[in-house]
Amino acid sequence: MGRYVIRRLLQMIPVFVGSTFLIFVMVYALGDPVAALFGDRAPDPATAAQIRRDLYLDHPLWQQYTHYMAQIFQGNFGTAFTGQPVLQLMGSAWPLTIRLTIVAVIVEGVIGIILGIISGMRRGRSVDTGVLVLTLIVVSIPTFVSGYVLQFLFGVKWGVVNPSVSAAAPFNELILPGVVLALVSLAYVTRLTRTSIAENTRADYVRTAVAKGLPRRRVILRHLLRNSLIPVVTFIGTDVGALMGGAIVTERIFNIHGVGYQLYQGILRQNSPTVVGFVTILVIVFLVANLLVDLLYAVLDPRIRYA
Amino acid sequence: MPEPLTPPNGRTASEAIGNAGAGGTMDFAASEAVSIGLATAPTARARSLWSDAWHDLRRNPVFIVSALLIVFLVVIAIWPQLIATGNPLACDINKSLLGPAPGHPFGFDTQGCDVYTRTVYGARASVTVGVCATAGAALLGGVLGGFAGFFGGWWDALLSRVSDIFFGIPIILGGLVFLSVVTNATVWPVVGFIVLLGWPQIARIARGAVITAKQNDYVQAARALGAGPIRMLLRHIAPNAVAPVIVVATIALGTYISLEATLSFLGVGLKPPTVSWGIDISSASTQIRNAPHMLLWPAAALSVTVLAFIMLGDAVRDALDPKLR
Repeated sequence: MGRYVIRRLLQMIPVFVGSTFLIFVMVYALGDPVAALFGDRAPDPATAAQIRRDLYLDHPLWQQYTHYMAQIFQGNFGTAFTGQPVLQLMGSAWPLTIRLTIVAVIVEGVIGIILGIISGMRRGRSVDTGVLVLTLIVVSIPTFVSGYVLQFLFGVKWGVVNPSVSAAAPFNELILPGVVLALVSLAYVTRLTRTSIAENTRADYVRTAVAKGLPRRRVILRHLLRNSLIPVVTFIGTDVGALMGGAIVTERIFNIHGVGYQLYQGILRQNSPTVVGFVTILVIVFLVANLLVDLLYAVLDPRIRYA
Repeated sequence: MPEPLTPPNGRTASEAIGNAGAGGTMDFAASEAVSIGLATAPTARARSLWSDAWHDLRRNPVFIVSALLIVFLVVIAIWPQLIATGNPLACDINKSLLGPAPGHPFGFDTQGCDVYTRTVYGARASVTVGVCATAGAALLGGVLGGFAGFFGGWWDALLSRVSDIFFGIPIILGGLVFLSVVTNATVWPVVGFIVLLGWPQIARIARGAVITAKQNDYVQAARALGAGPIRMLLRHIAPNAVAPVIVVATIALGTYISLEATLSFLGVGLKPPTVSWGIDISSASTQIRNAPHMLLWPAAALSVTVLAFIMLGDAVRDALDPKLR
């Protein structure tokens, strides 16, 4: 196990360098950040050169990248062009996005698994068909459509919730955005649970459990569900990173000033320190989540051994 | 030489299960579809996999409905004049935000353009992006993934690392950064971007399918008879590995259309004067309180289009995967 973890950590390095460098190049291609800083006016050449030197922009691209990464690993994420340290932006943005992700994970986990069990146990009946059709429809509606429609219905028409989230973003205001963010994954969890349950109902250990006279409830909860949830749990684990990265649209609709909002603003204003800093953290979260999921998989399913 | 005990459809558990990571919705069917490579086992009936699947599909109402919808969409994407006589760019500001009127069943948008005409014309951009991006990603991913699965070794390792890099970039974020550089107002930058981030998913499926097909006895027999690698790939492996790629590509087509609309909504995808559902929904979103009809129609058209392709992919998968019967 230890050697496996080390190998995986080593494998992460090229992926990390590759994806952050790719984003770095793309952000670099956005245009001259110093020109963006001055807006429509042409900067004084001496001032521009001074800023370039201060921001390490007078070096070749790969040197800028290595310099930047060296700074990041010393905990210095630089300063956004508004003068705010990027770390300070992160301190305000990450808690919001993490809270939103927690709500989304709970929604997709609880509702998805329950729906999946119901349809998996009644395979081929009308409930099953209904749930399958429902998941197809949910997957087909893009997040920005479902976001606006639900915001309009619940927030404006029926007035059940506040259409936009306040700055503090307490959990109760994040329920609707969390549902919107979770919808597509929710459909996926439902289908995965359904397939897994339907496959395992024919497994030998289920027949054994039934044959030895266990009550149906116990067979389902202790024997069937526990084994069927392994792929589902691992899916939800991998999904955490994707949810955080995919929150751009949801955060925009509900006016949540989280990671997605900061990234969107950063890109619009060509604010490279913000964009690269946030993306770097996102990539790390994604890679670590993937590793944890693989390890969790071995814990949950003893048939899998990592050497 | 039989392949050592590698799982056929991925290298690590999380990849085999979800690989939904950065791709988000794009990976909806990936893990369910990989098992189709196994579908070539001989059956008691003398029908081939394809005629068997076709036999099933013709009786599947989901397939019939989605196929008819797609034919309709393609027809109006090519000839929108068939059902919409107006011009999508001819607008009358005096009619701004008005509701349905005779001859204008869906009402008017902020600029006073006819929502019905714009909704009909919007099909062209979506279908073009979806079809071109899917063709590009399937071709690129299929070929690269197929070679990686067939030859293995360093080429496989390199491809896996490169696709890991692309999986590590959240897709909407990548689109925002990549496409905000582009000033070209045609559909091609969007198509190019989707191909760039979409191919690794298909490459992974193709790789797994080829590895599975490679272990079959008839491939070993062909090798023993002295067939070269090209002949083995084209004659024996490709026909048996293409089914999962087709399924994933069909479903991906739906999600690519949704992705294009999302990018257009964020202002980095297609740009006016191109008529696109994403752009129309974006401009409708600010008027949602006083003119919800503006949002409703393009949103419904977009969702139905995506649904049609996902349903088609689902039906094809059911037909090609004997495990689910």
